[in-house]
Amino acid sequence: MIEIKDLHKSYQMGSNSLHVLKGIDFSVKEGELVAIMGSSGSGKSTLLNILGMLDEADTGSYFLDNVPIKGLNETKAAQYRNKFLGFVFQSFNLINYKTALENVALPLYYQRKKRKERTEKAIEYLGKVGLAEWATHLPSELSGGQKQRVAIARALAADPKVLLADEPTGALDSKTSYEVMDIIQGINDEGKTILVVTHEPDIADMCKRIVHLKDGVIVEDKKVEQVRASQYV
Amino acid sequence: MFDRDRWQEIFEAIGKNKLRTFLSGFTVALGILIFTVLLGLGNGLLNSFLSSFVDDAQNIIFIRAGRTSKAYKGFQENRKIQFENEDFEFINTNYKGKVEYSTPRIYRNGQAKYKKESGSYTIIAVNPEHQYLEKTIMMKGRYINENDIIDKTKNIAIGRLVEKDLFKNEDALGKSLDIDGIAYKIVGVFQDSGGDNEERIICMPYKTVQLLFGNNEKLDQINLTYNMAMNTEQAIAFSKQIEEDFKKKFDVAPDDQSAIRVRSFAEGIKETMVILGGIYLVIFVVGIGTLISGIIGIGNIMTFSIKERTKELGIRKALGASPRSIIAMVLQESVLITSVAGYIGLILGMLSLRLIGNNLEEFFILNPKVETGVIVVATITLIFSGLIAGYIPARRAAKIKPIIALRDE
Repeated sequence: MIEIKDLHKSYQMGSNSLHVLKGIDFSVKEGELVAIMGSSGSGKSTLLNILGMLDEADTGSYFLDNVPIKGLNETKAAQYRNKFLGFVFQSFNLINYKTALENVALPLYYQRKKRKERTEKAIEYLGKVGLAEWATHLPSELSGGQKQRVAIARALAADPKVLLADEPTGALDSKTSYEVMDIIQGINDEGKTILVVTHEPDIADMCKRIVHLKDGVIVEDKKVEQVRASQYV
Repeated sequence: MFDRDRWQEIFEAIGKNKLRTFLSGFTVALGILIFTVLLGLGNGLLNSFLSSFVDDAQNIIFIRAGRTSKAYKGFQENRKIQFENEDFEFINTNYKGKVEYSTPRIYRNGQAKYKKESGSYTIIAVNPEHQYLEKTIMMKGRYINENDIIDKTKNIAIGRLVEKDLFKNEDALGKSLDIDGIAYKIVGVFQDSGGDNEERIICMPYKTVQLLFGNNEKLDQINLTYNMAMNTEQAIAFSKQIEEDFKKKFDVAPDDQSAIRVRSFAEGIKETMVILGGIYLVIFVVGIGTLISGIIGIGNIMTFSIKERTKELGIRKALGASPRSIIAMVLQESVLITSVAGYIGLILGMLSLRLIGNNLEEFFILNPKVETGVIVVATITLIFSGLIAGYIPARRAAKIKPIIALRDE
């Protein structure tokens, strides 16, 4: 599903050049649930941004579902993001003047789906995260965990190939974190490929594979015995 | 443009950001309001000036006599100059071809009485051609004619308001009117666009007045219109020539300003038009300035609004919004706000102009109005300015990098 070869990325910081990714080789197969771990500054967010087409690598190749991701203009990148990827952020990033339902329906709007279909799908995915009866509420009326569940529903609504979650539990307490991880595991069980960036070991242990990043290189890549979140919920 | 969903998105964004929308709309509405009112008042000024010319024929020349202010050719100063019939005939024989219509004038006041109603009115003794000089319109009957002059009849034409004052609902035509004890026959009722004073006038044949009051040949004033074939310069030269000839005729010093006064509109019209053009230009510049500041205002607020919405636009882009769709959204919102607010401003402006109406007539503002053409142009300008105001912020919005917009903290 994801094929990365010798990926390099550096940022210009004034006169200094900061080499963030120093040759990443990494592949993810369909249906995997991968945790990307590392301390801050290890390059894990940069890697996720490149995977999410929010940023572009300097050198190296990136194939997503066998499509080369290189030299995309903004319009094309937007199209690919919409088609291939679902995003879940640490700070939820819901549009605050739109209801939960409207937030979930937004990616479908950019897929030019009909209004009726958008609403139906949005309700379906809200139901999947257990928030069907909160459809008409604004984000300000939801708890942190509920917001993240709406964000997950939104990421899934466009039926992406890969779900990218950047510290999805970073802003949540541990009980709520496990609830969110339970949902993520449930989605993965249905076959969706998911990448989770986290620095919490207990969250990483709930994935099937852990990739450790340090100073811009992968120092460890191991399969783990998945801890089910449902036992804590 | 006609994507129903995008409109829905825009209405949603507008509806949920009412203050922002109101503020940006307000500047535009105010700009248009001021623009419309200024332009309307400018037109009112123009109307007022034009109507003051329309009252009388535009090519009219007045010749008036006064007292000399300088001793000349053995005459003392302060000598009274008096026109007589011979001077009136002098005009018609000397300036053949240059004169279109001409009339002498003698002013009197008289107490007019009909049954129990009475009132004091200005009486003007005239020649039949006076009708064309004053642009008098006959409502019924006829004006003074040549036979009235020759026969020195006691026929009179009265203004509309004289009839209204004295005859109430009766028809004055053919009735007899008592003026200072003498009975006259009303042969016509006229109206004049010069206002109420011009319709409270009684006109009678000048030779009748001369016969009845002193049996002389004295005239107060001579009015004439020059041949319209003359251009403004020629007309000014013509009125100068009349002045020179009359000064010679009455032995008045060439530089005596008070003994013989010849006044034409030709010079006045030219000057007034230049001044009016200036005023109009100023109004236009001020109006356009206000409009531009309104547009800049909306551009400003749109820029601010984009900044405020950076995160939202970043989310939209992460979810698959193309730069084009972001530009279209911002532009459409901007155009919608400008058009609606501008239209409200326009309506309010027209409403205020209607309310002002002729209340400012004493400030020379008559019937202030804005033409339909201007409104059409204003509407197009509005939509266009909405595009301009929105474009720069829209482009900036499209360039927002989701990675930066979504960065936490």
